[in-house]
Amino acid sequence: MTLLTNERNVVEVDGVTLQYKTTRHVVTATYRVDFTVHRADRFVLLGPSGCGKSTLLKAVGGYLTPAEGEIRVRGHKVSRPGPDRMMVFQEFDQLLPWRTVKQNVMFPLVASGKLPPQEAEDKALHYISKVNLASFADSLPHMLSGGMKQRVAIARGMAMEPDVLLMDEPFAALDALTRRKMQDELLQLWDDTHFTVLFVTHSIAEAIKIGTRILLLSPHPGQVKAELNSLPRDASSNELEELEHRIHALLFSEESREQESVDAR
Amino acid sequence: MHADVSIVRPEVLRDPVQGADFGVVEKPLSAFERLYNRGFLRKSLILVALALLWEAYARWLDNSLLFPTFSSTVQALVLNVADGTLPERAWTSLQVLVVGYAVGILLAALLTMVAISSRLGTDFLETLTSMFNPLPAIALLPLSMVWFGLGNASLVFVLVHSVLWAVALNTHSGFLSVSATLRMVGRNYGLCGWRYVWLILIPAAFPSILTGLKIGWAFAWRTLIAAELVFGVSAGSGGLGWFVYENKNLLAISDVFAGLLTVILIGLFVENVLFSSIERRTVRRWGMQH
Repeated sequence: MTLLTNERNVVEVDGVTLQYKTTRHVVTATYRVDFTVHRADRFVLLGPSGCGKSTLLKAVGGYLTPAEGEIRVRGHKVSRPGPDRMMVFQEFDQLLPWRTVKQNVMFPLVASGKLPPQEAEDKALHYISKVNLASFADSLPHMLSGGMKQRVAIARGMAMEPDVLLMDEPFAALDALTRRKMQDELLQLWDDTHFTVLFVTHSIAEAIKIGTRILLLSPHPGQVKAELNSLPRDASSNELEELEHRIHALLFSEESREQESVDAR
Repeated sequence: MHADVSIVRPEVLRDPVQGADFGVVEKPLSAFERLYNRGFLRKSLILVALALLWEAYARWLDNSLLFPTFSSTVQALVLNVADGTLPERAWTSLQVLVVGYAVGILLAALLTMVAISSRLGTDFLETLTSMFNPLPAIALLPLSMVWFGLGNASLVFVLVHSVLWAVALNTHSGFLSVSATLRMVGRNYGLCGWRYVWLILIPAAFPSILTGLKIGWAFAWRTLIAAELVFGVSAGSGGLGWFVYENKNLLAISDVFAGLLTVILIGLFVENVLFSSIERRTVRRWGMQH
């Protein structure tokens, strides 16, 4: 199987069933999910809460082992977390509070032995200025706003130049104005470097805006409902609305009671 | 019904002034506020008030054998410091203390490493701590004297016992309370083993570790003085506890007070200078504690 891996496939998720144990019973989070992320994809996992999209992302990150199926990154089976798959979390406390912005971005580069400290510093400063935080390079995380912290986390992920950047609802805890700004900035960064990103969200509008390809998951347990192409950025508002309605219909065709768990921002 | 519902208010549009044009907006604090903001001054004020209260009560009591005045205590303190007795005694005590404290912390680190590496290790630490933490260190002194003889070794043994459990317990609970996100971040970097502990867990749990170190220090200091009182002059010259005991036998009560005051002063110094400067440079600077 591994030998057949195509050069352009970065992440291959192959019949993955994920289960986690609570004290009483085993919960199946996703059931036989398949998808493939190509190089320079902005691949979005979209679904209502309970569809296992975050769990799936954590499995790609190596924090969970599938009960069935296999996850491969560049042809290698994922077995543990590693710096080739940098995570950006939703929580603001993902930065190390005892390190400055610059040190936070440098740290994984040095800790994983990717670069010597001097070069790591140059690279860190480069990416910090890309996320427009050059004047905050020596600040400590607790002095920053939520949006700034997320930018540092993105810079930290990008500085590692990983095979794939895993983003777990990175903008969900931000206010609406900051969220829009961050989405635009992420797209600009992508225009610069064409990194591969796997992005989890529960907002249909965000999925259409951020993604090039969108995987729709149905809840309890998460199963693939559809895999769609998103629209180019210059799409008309009619087209956007049409796709939004289509996704909405696909997600909620039989069960409208799940509706309240998704907000179509 | 409501006539004012139909009133349309005009829209207001304004151009905000550029930040550079009005400079920094700040209100200067009054001299009193600035002084009051200094923790050092507030605490000194409390100390002065206590000293005054002491002086007043002792003068009213007028019995230097029961309760010497603050001024005579200070006088005794100055005399004893001048002739070198107190510094020497304090030095003896501190030497033993540092050894015991260091060994205790080292063992606590080892024990916590065992505890976080497996579930059995956790159970081991929890069982040991619940057994030995409530046991007063001083109760082990007779046993310690049998095992290690009348020397510093038995004092160190008792000190280790008083430091170990408090530090291990706090460090372990600090490790447990490190947020899941930070743990995942650390593992995302590919860190594992001691590098994960050193680079992620210890700094992230530092507020609890520091609390453990403070409690451990206080336990060690009080245990040492108590042990010296019981145990007397084992180590040739004797420490502060022995100084207190000796002077009680001589009925030199103001010297007893001077000895106790030294114990307190050293305690205040460690707490307010050493620990608080560590705190300022670490957990406060990082915004992990306010």
